[in-house]
Amino acid sequence: MTATMQPKSEAAEVPRRGRRTPGAGQETRPRGRGLQFGHWWWALPGITLVIAIHYVATGIGGFFAFTNWTGIGAFEVTGWQNFEAIFKDPTKLGALSNTLFLAFGSVFLGNVAGLIIALGLNRVLKTRYILRTLFFMPVVLSPLATAYIWKYIFDFDGPINAFLMSIGAEDLAKPWLADPQWAIWTVLVVLVWGSTGFAMVIFMAGLAGVPVEVEEAAAIDGANLWQRFRNVTLPAIRPAVAIATTLGIVQGLRVFDPIMALTGGGPAGATETLATQVYKQAFALGNFGGGAALALVLAVIILFFAVIQQRLTRSNPED
Amino acid sequence: MFRYTKLTLLREVGLWALALIFLAPFYFLVTTALKPDSEMYTTSPLAVPKSPDFSNFVDVLTATGNSNVVMGLVNSVIITTGSIIGLIALGSITGYVISRSTRRWSKGAYYLFLIAIILPGQLGAVPLYMGARAMGLTGSAWGLIVLYTGMLLPLSIFLYANFFRGLGTDYEEAATIDGASKTQIFSKVVLPMMAPATGTVTIFAGLIVWNDFFTSLIFLGGSANQTLPVAMYYYIGSLVSQWNSIFAIVIVSMIPILALFLFAQKRFIQGFSGGLKG
Repeated sequence: MTATMQPKSEAAEVPRRGRRTPGAGQETRPRGRGLQFGHWWWALPGITLVIAIHYVATGIGGFFAFTNWTGIGAFEVTGWQNFEAIFKDPTKLGALSNTLFLAFGSVFLGNVAGLIIALGLNRVLKTRYILRTLFFMPVVLSPLATAYIWKYIFDFDGPINAFLMSIGAEDLAKPWLADPQWAIWTVLVVLVWGSTGFAMVIFMAGLAGVPVEVEEAAAIDGANLWQRFRNVTLPAIRPAVAIATTLGIVQGLRVFDPIMALTGGGPAGATETLATQVYKQAFALGNFGGGAALALVLAVIILFFAVIQQRLTRSNPED
Repeated sequence: MFRYTKLTLLREVGLWALALIFLAPFYFLVTTALKPDSEMYTTSPLAVPKSPDFSNFVDVLTATGNSNVVMGLVNSVIITTGSIIGLIALGSITGYVISRSTRRWSKGAYYLFLIAIILPGQLGAVPLYMGARAMGLTGSAWGLIVLYTGMLLPLSIFLYANFFRGLGTDYEEAATIDGASKTQIFSKVVLPMMAPATGTVTIFAGLIVWNDFFTSLIFLGGSANQTLPVAMYYYIGSLVSQWNSIFAIVIVSMIPILALFLFAQKRFIQGFSGGLKG
């Protein structure tokens, strides 16, 4: 999503450089040639702040992952001990699988729902802009507020069970969030509700770039709706798919607020994720080393998927 | 070819039905918040309130201590505004320089910011907390403004850099020929042109900072300067399933952002879809 603009600016520079400095003298190059419209030191405050807050902090965090520091006083370097503890602890392994389940589940369902709505809203519809606004509304809400609304909806005395009672399906009513088997699915519903509008907007922007003529030509050639979608629309919106899924996965792997508000990680760790575990270990239990080790595992997973996504995007000729 | 047919009407009606189901949570939110305590346990959660009143809202807005919602609103406004100003100031100038420079370091700097966008914050959270505590930045609005500015700066720089790359250098070249200095070019030529990028940065960063719970929970924990999500979290923690009161505070917390969204929804949505595509 980023490498696209790079060649453009370089291509614009090359002919000018050749024209103004024939023979390409080494001395002329550093003098303002590279940086025409600004002083390089203007970037220093920004670079310093980002290095300090992102890179130094992350680096130190990575170091603590190999110690038994509690947040106060002395500590020892314990090597891989924290990581061994993670892979022996069922709660943390559960948190790992929950994190992956929620991230991929919410990205898949949110993107499919977003794509279907975007396709439905594409062209001709008279009220498409009002509908787009309505479907986007959940995205701007804070995850915390969203979680509280849904907590009530899934409450034992809440609307879902009241509805099931009213249609005579008492057997299906259950304390959704307190049921170890169902809790994670209710969390998934909340995450999908909050992310569908976001995917929809990205897909709508992608669909707007598909030329009508190509679709018409396919339709005239006798392609049915599915064939047109599969062979014309989908290849054209691949960049949008890449962006929506990358952001969704990175976002989904970090999920914290909705879980703290919905279940606090319960019942019995059934909805615990890496992010909630990091918080509990590091800030509630004072196990800074263990928390940092978990955060490092989370970081590696996020970087792994982000790199894969970047690769997929780059190999795409459309982008 | 693609005209409005009966099938399109069917599609339109179907999508409206879907939208109503999709937004049903808002129905429960509003009806429940308006129910007095006496109605909460006697009526169905699906029913509309018989005698709606605003007593829940009054309770919420007069709460004190850690659950002071009004205080949280004020703090959230200060912190969000401060962070946005920081992000615009630092992001625009850094993004400008790294996108206009063709020197080798600028490409490296670009990737430095790009990787920082996906670097998960949790790993740095603990050392950042220790550092911020040592510098006296925890528990104050100033500290959070600095932190948020640093945390969201990569995103802001990325959006600005891509904007400047797509802008072309004609105006700046013209200004150079007219004898403008680099500072003058930036303040008199570039600054007025970058309004669309500033809009996108404001929406993105504003939304993230306004809604953020994790950072403010950690860095403001226990202090009097709560942000709105933290005040909401503590307030709700003190209630035991009093959903009408809980929803009153949820509504109070979402009114500012929802009002802003409905007022500028076109810009909002464009910012989201366009800003990401670079």
